[in-house]
Amino acid sequence: MLSLFISIPFLSLIAFNIPWKRSGQLAFFWSGVLFLAQAVLALLFSIGAVDPSAMQLSRIFIFKLSLDPLSLLMLLSIGIVAFVTLLAANILISEKGQKGNFINLLMVAVTGMNATVLAADLFSVYVFMEVVAVSSFVLISIQKDRLALEGAFKYMIMSWVATALMLTSIALIILTCGDTDFSVIASGLSAQSGNPLVKLAIGLFLCGLFIKSGVVPFHGWLPDAYSAAPSAVSILLAGIITKVTGVYVLMRLVISVFGLNSSIQNILMFAGTVSIIFGALAALTQHDFKRMLAYSSISQIGYIILGLGCGTPLGLAGAAFHFFNHAMFKSLLFVNAAAVEKQAGTVHMDNLGGLAAKMPLTGTTSVIALLSTAGIPPLSGFWSKLIIITALWSAGKFAYAYIAITFSVVTLAYFLSMQRRVFFGKLQTGLEAVKEAGLGITIPSALLAAITVAAGIGFPWVLDKLILPIQFILK
Amino acid sequence: MTTRLLRSVVGLALTSAILSIIIFQLNSPVAAVFELSVCAGLIPVIFITAISFTQRIAKSQLQERRRERLTRFFLLPVIVIIAGLALLRWLKIPALVLPSADGAGDVRLLFWNVRHLDLLGQIVVLLAGAFAVVVLFKEPRK
Repeated sequence: MLSLFISIPFLSLIAFNIPWKRSGQLAFFWSGVLFLAQAVLALLFSIGAVDPSAMQLSRIFIFKLSLDPLSLLMLLSIGIVAFVTLLAANILISEKGQKGNFINLLMVAVTGMNATVLAADLFSVYVFMEVVAVSSFVLISIQKDRLALEGAFKYMIMSWVATALMLTSIALIILTCGDTDFSVIASGLSAQSGNPLVKLAIGLFLCGLFIKSGVVPFHGWLPDAYSAAPSAVSILLAGIITKVTGVYVLMRLVISVFGLNSSIQNILMFAGTVSIIFGALAALTQHDFKRMLAYSSISQIGYIILGLGCGTPLGLAGAAFHFFNHAMFKSLLFVNAAAVEKQAGTVHMDNLGGLAAKMPLTGTTSVIALLSTAGIPPLSGFWSKLIIITALWSAGKFAYAYIAITFSVVTLAYFLSMQRRVFFGKLQTGLEAVKEAGLGITIPSALLAAITVAAGIGFPWVLDKLILPIQFILK
Repeated sequence: MTTRLLRSVVGLALTSAILSIIIFQLNSPVAAVFELSVCAGLIPVIFITAISFTQRIAKSQLQERRRERLTRFFLLPVIVIIAGLALLRWLKIPALVLPSADGAGDVRLLFWNVRHLDLLGQIVVLLAGAFAVVVLFKEPRK
């Protein structure tokens, strides 16, 4: 059953390129159905309504896959964000040829991401991270304008540095442990923890993953790639790609392979805190809407890594919940940015103002997203930040908890300033003719806002079914 | 600029060929064959194709760029030498226990029978590369 998450997108990818009549529309509808089905199936697995080990298909192909509550949460996030991106791209990309290319590349990215979260082997995880990376390079430069090509090029170079570091580390791990399976490596690494080669391998891999996640000081490519990419691609990139190929792999390897010893915990907490501080302070000074959202992403990813580095099961649960919430509210903010860019023609905040009267749904959903990001109850972001700070406090890391709380206030500050500059305030000249964006953008915003509110109000259910089972991964 | 770039590509091909001989001496004939055919054959061809899209720059511009590069990066060899000397002096690598180097499983059997997920990943990467070429190089029909 698990291999269907990878093989069905792969076969769809091949099927989309057979030149049938009206294959473009068929591709669009089939992708929509597939992503929605993935999200629903992941939810059903976590409730326990459907058993994932049922329906074992024939054993011609040996895929080493494993499913646990963290992977289920990832599959749910991938399904929702891919569905939202598909709907938004239908409106934002107007040429038919480019729409077909976009859907194909989206399917490649989803295949890669599904396999990354399900694989139980280090080299397979690396191969599928590269699949997602190649598809995202092309997606960023799909409209071939100068800024986008520059952003994609920067992302490519940093990604290749990360690849070199990770491959060297994999080579060292094969040298010292003999195999690439997670369980074999875990026992091999813990048996040889004094070996300097092992320490070098872990350090190199961590550096590579920090580059991929956009953790300070390896974040250089992130603002350029997010702001220069076409709007539909920014939603996908910020919403799920950076997180799955960077943060999820970091979580999986630190928990199941490297082990959370005290030096790794300190590195993660320090890197997370620096990202929080730097991202928040840099976002305060931005004039471009999408660039500000990019720096905000760096800050929120810092929270996830801070929660992970705490080392306790509660910290891990908080980090995973914040991962899911960030996928939801960051995608929502980028959908709003896409709506503003399409209707008003610019994302420069000095030229915008008073759009809430003209675009009511976009304005309302952006308020919901920013309140959730800043951690205002009863929205979902409040609960995830609360769990992270509680975990830090009970582990005795008081300084980190203080910094996390303080920079929540800074987050609220820069988002309120964005809201005032873009949606409230006086209507700028030249923006009188702006209307609300079409259904393809308002439906995704409404959906994501509803999920943010529901996950916040229905928090006990979400905690019980989706988040608390993740704690037991950490033994 | 073009001549010097072509010389770099020839250097890359030569280095890869020597590397493949070294790999062959280390008892990995399959890896040596891949290294030779891909890194010493296919990659230089792709580089030369890309270089054929570039244009030669003027000689005065070339001199200026060389001077600029020298002034910007003259400290780099100094730092590398100092770092190398420091590492030699202070880095103590203890005796490493390496696993036994028997040919544990033929590479071809491993590739086709055990690592199916990686095979799928390679196929998807090739497809993604094909899309990249189509998206980036196809001229829109007017």
